Amino acid sequence: MTFEAIRAEAFDGARDHDPAARRRPPPPGLTIVAAAIGLAALLPLAYLLLRAAESGPAFWTIVTRPRTLTVLWNSVLLTALVTSSATLIGIAVAWLTTRTDLPARHVWAVVTCLPLVLPSYVGAFALIGALGPRGMVQTLLAPLGVERLPSLYGLPGAWLALTLFSYPYVVLTVRAALRGLDPAVEDAARSLGKSPRRIFFDITLPHLRPSILAGGLLVALYTLSDFGAVSMLQFNSFTRAIFVLYRTSFDRSAAAVLALMLVALTLLILWGEARARGSSRLYRAGVGASRPSPRVRLGIWKIPSVLVCAGLTTLGLVLPVLVIVFWLFQGWKAGEPLWRGWDMVWNSSRAALCAGAVTVAAALPVAWLAVRHPGRRARLIERSAYAGHALPSIMIALALVFWSVRYAPGLYQSFGLLLFAYACRFLPEALGSVRASLLHVSPRYEEAARGLGHRPLSVFRTVTLPLLRPGLLSGFALVFMTTMKELPLTLLLSPTGFSTLATRIWSATEDALFAQAAAPALVLVVLSGIFVGVILKQEEEDVYE
Amino acid sequence: MSGSAIVARKLCKRFGAVRAACGVQLDVAPSQFLALLGASGCGKTTVLRMLAGFVHPDDGEIVIGGRTVFNATVCIPPEQRRVGMVFQEYALFPHMTVGANIAYGIARGQDVARRVDEMLELVGLQGLGSRRPHELSGGQQQRVALARALAPGPAAILLDEPFSNLDAALRVRVRNDVREILRHAGVTAVLVTHDQEEALSMADQVAVMIDGRVVQAGAPHDVYRAPVSRDVATFIGDANFLSGQACGRKIHCEIGELISEQAHFGRVEVMFRPEELVLSTYGDINATVEDFQFFGHDQLVQLALPSGARLRGRLLGAPGAYHRGQQVGVRVNGPVMIYPVGP
Repeated sequence: MTFEAIRAEAFDGARDHDPAARRRPPPPGLTIVAAAIGLAALLPLAYLLLRAAESGPAFWTIVTRPRTLTVLWNSVLLTALVTSSATLIGIAVAWLTTRTDLPARHVWAVVTCLPLVLPSYVGAFALIGALGPRGMVQTLLAPLGVERLPSLYGLPGAWLALTLFSYPYVVLTVRAALRGLDPAVEDAARSLGKSPRRIFFDITLPHLRPSILAGGLLVALYTLSDFGAVSMLQFNSFTRAIFVLYRTSFDRSAAAVLALMLVALTLLILWGEARARGSSRLYRAGVGASRPSPRVRLGIWKIPSVLVCAGLTTLGLVLPVLVIVFWLFQGWKAGEPLWRGWDMVWNSSRAALCAGAVTVAAALPVAWLAVRHPGRRARLIERSAYAGHALPSIMIALALVFWSVRYAPGLYQSFGLLLFAYACRFLPEALGSVRASLLHVSPRYEEAARGLGHRPLSVFRTVTLPLLRPGLLSGFALVFMTTMKELPLTLLLSPTGFSTLATRIWSATEDALFAQAAAPALVLVVLSGIFVGVILKQEEEDVYE
Repeated sequence: MSGSAIVARKLCKRFGAVRAACGVQLDVAPSQFLALLGASGCGKTTVLRMLAGFVHPDDGEIVIGGRTVFNATVCIPPEQRRVGMVFQEYALFPHMTVGANIAYGIARGQDVARRVDEMLELVGLQGLGSRRPHELSGGQQQRVALARALAPGPAAILLDEPFSNLDAALRVRVRNDVREILRHAGVTAVLVTHDQEEALSMADQVAVMIDGRVVQAGAPHDVYRAPVSRDVATFIGDANFLSGQACGRKIHCEIGELISEQAHFGRVEVMFRPEELVLSTYGDINATVEDFQFFGHDQLVQLALPSGARLRGRLLGAPGAYHRGQQVGVRVNGPVMIYPVGP
């Protein structure tokens, strides 16, 4: 749900409609494999529905409980607040870095997107470590007689953290749309006598609407499914409430009911976005502007604009890194053991490598069916494979725990089930990049190869696979990285004693052992940073264009 | 028909409710160049893809190089048909060099390197074997696509609108090159195009397709001179139409008496080409000059007849001989085509 999704989204418009391919029936083996993968992706949701149905009339009792309604209200409120603040910030930053004479524009363009590399729980850890009780800022201010800082826990902290780490989604989507807008359109409006301000609201903003919606959707989904930040900052939204119910109560159907409510809320948001976007399809402009747009002069607004960008970067990137280094130093001074061995790095990478391979392998047949043999059946299978997009991790984790405990105790907390969970959750991301690269590979290449005397299997090996490689690799990298950062699935499903970077940061922060969370957090941030750098670079030099 | 390189008999193909091909008959002699000409959506590309094996006909028979590759019981897959295909967008493999692209279809056991060099020489791209496709110009890519299709020594070459991605100036040159190369290689070729000029200038035989049917086939000159219907006449070249009354081979119409090659009695529609029109300032005055279009090598004169019918004449030479509003006499040089009009 990151760069790849955005890229796939942007590519959607340029899809090559091939009427001949549309009518070619797929090989039956392919349909069966793809359908099995689609069904498997639906397993968590199906099982949770079954489980909730078993609770019978108690279902409505749980739904209408005041405590449940509070959680619902909290989630809705948080999602609305974060989505609106992140969208406003995102539009402003995207516009400042593409259409104005902001000093060091290109540097800000990269730097303001970097908060994306931080998993929300690392970000939350950094905020607590900096602004929380006995945190960095208070420690530094203590000599000045400052005893207490305003409390960070609850809504303010969660709002701040999630906004800071999700606004780059809006920047990326809106910026892509701004670049795609043909400046001639704005010139035309200008020659018709409209002022720049009017043009922004009459022409530019409507053009940006689909991208704003897409970015806002990513932020809303991120907020709803986030577990790390709300848990650490102790804000009782769905994910935290579900986890607490699961850990503390004997009646697990309450957790199942709450998880279903969360899914319903997510689907409602997806539905709303699809409806809002449906009517604005017309605004999508052709790919690539003929020439760069003129830059708006900021004038006296130059300094405030720089300050906004600098502030965002400081809070979202500099501060977390500083806090991590600060706590490493504190721990080293106190003589605490800072590094618990390479085990967790090895565990994290092993899980991420396997998850990446399994997920890409599962995405390939589904994407193939959807791109090369489109039709009603293919669309249905693809939709169900995209289920992970709407299913928060905590809900998938819960469903698989229930399912394995009841039907396959041998699988409970096994490495295989953990991989299955990762694959369910991250299949959409792999599908996005595999699908996009498959769309790049024109069926003409395969036909040319067959016309030259090669059998279908040989064609796949010598032509299709090499052309797909960039897409498969970026899908793999994407799943690798998101698995590395994934917290709730790992927390609930990993085998006993299987400690990863993510779970280590979680448990150390939970026990307020900030110094011990610092080292794994640093490793994770550095890895993420390298990864995002590679993706951004790849974006610049699209190989076969 | 054992002497034919490609034979298609009664090919039919439906896509849902759309009839893409219906009873298509083709017969191409060895080393001949056939152009399949038609407006977009007339089914010509579907016919080509049926010959190549990418689309399976609902009915009919295809024989290539004396071997039946499709009928009610046989369906040979594309890789075993020995036909080379050149695509509209060339479909050069972007991850391979030019040399590797050409070598891709050459059977193992042959001297691949030598064959690749031969092919590069044939298409005039010596020394470019190690380049990547995207480093070549459009015209060069076109030739690589041709070399790749020719390299395995196919029984026939199929070209699907291969010149439509080139700009107008380059197109004429590349067309000539391709014709030269194909003639030199002595290979049977089928070209699909919507450009009548391309079809008439390149091919030995032209087959005109309308709505999934081949309505006329023959030498370019014959098809141009004697189109079988009004539709074919308008599709190939400019055409003038007048209504007239036929009495044997003599036809009476607004501009006098014309001669046709076919005999008929009754109402007909008369067709003749703009270049067959002759203007004169003496004799019977029966038309008014309405407009001029000057093209350099010739000019197009638009004329109005008293009945309101309009004619167009293509005249050689510089403008100036006539002016707008001038009254002129109109004659037709040579026999005209007639299409009987219902009772």
